[in-house]
Amino acid sequence: MAGPSDPGFDTLALHAGAAPDPATGARALPIYLTTSFVFESSEHAASLFNLERSGHVYSRISNPTNAVFEERMAALEGGVGSIATASGQAALHLAITTLAGAGSHIVSSSALYGGSHNLLAYTLARFGIATTFVKPGDIDGWRAAIRPETKLLFGETLGNPGLDVLDLPVVAAIAHDAGVPLLVDSTFTTPYLMRPFDHGADLIFHSATKFLCGHGTVVGGVLIDGGRFDWSLAPRFPELNQPYAGFHGMVFSEESSDGAFLLRARREGLRDFGACMSPHTAWLMLQGIETLPLRMARHVENTRKVVGFLVAHPMVAAVGYPELEGHPSHALARRLLPKGSGAVFSFDLKGSRKQGVAFIEALKLFSHLANVGDCRSLVIHPASTTHFRMDDAALAAAGIGPGTIRLSIGLEDPDDLIEDLNRALKAAEKAA
Amino acid sequence: MKLTVQGRDAYAYTGGKPFDPALPCVVFLHGAMNDHGNFTLLARWFAHHGWGVLAPDLPGHMRSAGPAPAKVEAMADWLLALLDAAGVKQAALAGHSLGSLAALEAASRAPERVTRLVMLGTAVPMPVPALLLDLGKTDALAAIDRVVMYSFSTLAAKPSYPGPGAWLRGGARALMRQVLAHGRDPMLFHTDFAACNAYTHGLEAAAKVRCPAALVLGSADQMTLPKGAVAMAKALKATVHTVPAGHFLMQECPDGVLDALRTALT
Repeated sequence: MAGPSDPGFDTLALHAGAAPDPATGARALPIYLTTSFVFESSEHAASLFNLERSGHVYSRISNPTNAVFEERMAALEGGVGSIATASGQAALHLAITTLAGAGSHIVSSSALYGGSHNLLAYTLARFGIATTFVKPGDIDGWRAAIRPETKLLFGETLGNPGLDVLDLPVVAAIAHDAGVPLLVDSTFTTPYLMRPFDHGADLIFHSATKFLCGHGTVVGGVLIDGGRFDWSLAPRFPELNQPYAGFHGMVFSEESSDGAFLLRARREGLRDFGACMSPHTAWLMLQGIETLPLRMARHVENTRKVVGFLVAHPMVAAVGYPELEGHPSHALARRLLPKGSGAVFSFDLKGSRKQGVAFIEALKLFSHLANVGDCRSLVIHPASTTHFRMDDAALAAAGIGPGTIRLSIGLEDPDDLIEDLNRALKAAEKAA
Repeated sequence: MKLTVQGRDAYAYTGGKPFDPALPCVVFLHGAMNDHGNFTLLARWFAHHGWGVLAPDLPGHMRSAGPAPAKVEAMADWLLALLDAAGVKQAALAGHSLGSLAALEAASRAPERVTRLVMLGTAVPMPVPALLLDLGKTDALAAIDRVVMYSFSTLAAKPSYPGPGAWLRGGARALMRQVLAHGRDPMLFHTDFAACNAYTHGLEAAAKVRCPAALVLGSADQMTLPKGAVAMAKALKATVHTVPAGHFLMQECPDGVLDALRTALT
């Protein structure tokens, strides 16, 4: 919901952060494909390095094309700023490592993208950052898992694989009562369907590879700060309210009450870990964002039609989409996602793994691959791909059946998508 | 830097260097519902170029204890007391919006202590619409949104503030919300803007100012229209610097404001 202080969402998607190029008059954003930027003088150089002036020095830290992408995403989410990263995973890593180190603790929803789960459960654990996983709907579990060394709470707006809707206002209140921020992965919803800052989240990241880019062309991420968490009073966060030896003793919360987190993330995490976005990628992301509101509305419209078809088909055992009344998050979806529950969902095919394979192989329009959020419709059969090493019992424990199919609905004519699915369902039936 | 001013805790940002009262001093004063963060780039530049810098949070704003002064005159007295607390005999004063009025009043009350006066984003008088004052009483968050709406001239101010990737409207709104929440005074918005509205004797104050003065104005300022500063410029015999920006000119045009201040303070 855009407030009275902002232009509307569709306008921001086209204009926030960008103006005709002052040097050439170019209306479309130029790609500043340069590693570095010439100083006007030695004094100018020193003042840029010392944060006495705003400007660009080196494209790992900032770049004019990336800055437009960053400002636009902050505008669309209602934040104070953002940082473009090499991938969504890099954005999650940057968010965590800006606040946490060895001995720190995270409370996370258990309903996560596999890559995020791996990072938390295995990789960060190796570096001394522990995570307690709780079911996203277990409100008491969130509260009970918080420890003195907890640095953030984390969940997905629409959780994997069952599309659990995170009760953002409630989980945010639990986080804030404990003096910690709430970080959310909003990849599946994008700011068009939900603006998590409006519901209490403090930090947002996206795999921009998905719906933000929208065309399946480039990999990237973005980390956005809502600017409302008061780091200055929080004893848990010396990283932000005590002098940082790595930047001349800077106390980030004194430099900026609303931008402290991003200052440290850029001046430390982006500088030292270096997972920056290419300006070419930022430009392609912006091309996608310009049509985000149009595309997301169509993604949702198509998804509703496909869901309606599958629900009525005799070969389909179940469809997991929060807009369906039987979905566990149906009530939350009605409250938090009135514009739609996204365009990625799973359904269970009746039958065996073999029938699932037959279904996939009979599809012509749907592309069989490991991605979501493309303008083209995508499909994957976890039991024969991402989870093929698991037996049926292990699959069930992960909430996946032998016939579970995940779809990412694109922008094709929905009648063509339904025809494609109908043909594949018949092929699956014959393969019994 | 923590200080005790008029018996209460006060905070002043010093530009990333310890404050040295032996250096020429410049004080940066923020406007209504803001804090020292409006001036961090400028504060850092001057602190690293031979100045002792104080960028305080006004009483009742973020790190300085309240209550917030209800009158510009009280802010001016607090400002002079801040100089005493910091061991400063003379200082240049640079204020934005409400802060510019406090700087003007301080320069008129103690002209011997003020070496330069710079008023940024200013108009004298600085009338505030009754609707906004009323909204500040009943719905401060909506009033904040209204101020943000009128404070910026563009959707793409470059290179942004405090650095690339910052969305200025979001930053302004978040900071004002933090100031409101931090002070635990639901009437703070009304108090600050009512102080602007009530300060009507700026031209009389200007007549008592003895130091060189400068005005730095945003050409597209909708909060304090540049024409509202014409009489003040004449009264102060001030040089006028105009930068392409709205009311939050330090954020929209940081380099232009730095250039103006370098000229005005040296």
